[in-house]
Amino acid sequence: MDLITIAFYFFSALTIVFGAVVVFTKNIMHAAFSLLFAFFGIAGLYVLLSADFLAITQIMIYIGGILVLIIFGVMLTTRITGVDVKTGKIGKIQIGIAGLLTVLIAATLIMIFSTSKWYLADSKPLDSTVNEIGTALLTNYLLAFEAASMLLLIAIVGAAFIARKKH
Amino acid sequence: MENVNFLYDLLGRNIISVVLVISLPLMFVLVYALVAILAELKVSAWIQERLGPMRTGPWGIMQPIAEVVKLIQKEDITPDKSSKLLYNLAPFIIFTGAYAAFAVIPFSEYFVPAGINLGLFYIFAVGSISAIGIVMGGWASNNKYSLMGAMRSVAQLISYEVPAAMAVLSIVVLASTMNMQEINKLQTGWFWNWFIFGGPGTLAKIWVIPFTLGLGLIYFISSLAETNRVPFDIPEGESELVAGFHTEYGGMKFAMFFFAEYANMFVVAAVLTTIFLGGWNSPFNTFMQGPFWGVFWFVSKAFSVVLVQIWIRWTLPRFRVDQLMYIGWKVLLPLSFICFMAISLFVMLK
Repeated sequence: MDLITIAFYFFSALTIVFGAVVVFTKNIMHAAFSLLFAFFGIAGLYVLLSADFLAITQIMIYIGGILVLIIFGVMLTTRITGVDVKTGKIGKIQIGIAGLLTVLIAATLIMIFSTSKWYLADSKPLDSTVNEIGTALLTNYLLAFEAASMLLLIAIVGAAFIARKKH
Repeated sequence: MENVNFLYDLLGRNIISVVLVISLPLMFVLVYALVAILAELKVSAWIQERLGPMRTGPWGIMQPIAEVVKLIQKEDITPDKSSKLLYNLAPFIIFTGAYAAFAVIPFSEYFVPAGINLGLFYIFAVGSISAIGIVMGGWASNNKYSLMGAMRSVAQLISYEVPAAMAVLSIVVLASTMNMQEINKLQTGWFWNWFIFGGPGTLAKIWVIPFTLGLGLIYFISSLAETNRVPFDIPEGESELVAGFHTEYGGMKFAMFFFAEYANMFVVAAVLTTIFLGGWNSPFNTFMQGPFWGVFWFVSKAFSVVLVQIWIRWTLPRFRVDQLMYIGWKVLLPLSFICFMAISLFVMLK
């Protein structure tokens, strides 16, 4: 096994184990902090796929942005107010439905994996993906790019509007 | 796009050289942190017309070592009602975040641990790992002061990341690369080729000099806030919060926080050095220019920035929370946007 393969299994295990912790733990803070390692594992997998820009964006957006906000939100509600936020008990029907859905999705995925033909791309080391991504975003995908920026702007304005004190 | 790394050239690319490349900055951080602690003690003493530590070794230069030995000997305490695992994990997460940034810091023409093309972007991304560590420590301590300190710290970190990122982004526009080694190579020559003086180019660059100077200042101020240094140290304001997020920590775990803070100070100083102050380039064209002198120039420039941080700490009082938010969002952010647009316009017209 070469170093890349070991790294792949390491990052996969990291993602799966901490993903499982996120799902199964009762304590929301533990779930939030486990997300850190799960996201980190996914970023590592991106690096192994030579998607360096995507990997760093993953860390930047998910760990630096979303995760900090989640923890911030949870922290404002628990401990300091004395109310412990925990996930509640799940009913039998919900578990049944969730289990059924999981089995269905897993079966579909396994079927797709086993039946589709996989073409392996040449594993030549890529120099950098950021130039191509930048060019593609501002030419072929300009409309989607601008739409996303409009969406974000609207979200910011909306958030500011909601957060304002009502006189 | 060749990234020369002298260790790989000497030893080839095998497990030993990789481990060496990874651990070399760690050795540097350990030594540097001791020197920085001594500098902090001595500079504060000189500013306040004291002598500072004088008894350990000649002029007290062994003081940091004595303090580290003391901290190692201390009892390892975990508060009873704390969240044990997270409490013990937090110092390591914070130091990981601080040390991860060293992966892309170009110490010399021939040594950068990982010369990736997205160096600057990467530094900003891993900076957020420290934020998680701070929250983790503050929350797990189960102490009101720790929690308040952690929340203030993160609020400040995410506010000041924006102007800092705008400042760095402007230089990326000017240099049209995010590779820190390439940015250094662009600034070779006399000191007026540094990006704080508009970068390399003809006399037309005189139009961007005010903006790059401003951006250098904006980045420096934001970096003070990101490392929780005075005047932005309300997360650990002693008069209000005891010691902020590390109130409950003692012994070696406290030392880890301390090391992480000094490592972070060096990281922001190194970024400032690389993108504004010419990195490992000599200020005087070919005078003392070269791979070995590069280490000297880089470390001395970065350490000067650290000294300015220390100097400011013992000169200025602390901001209030509202003043802090005002400066971040209403002063630095619009100014950095103006500079960014001006530089983009200049690059388009050039």
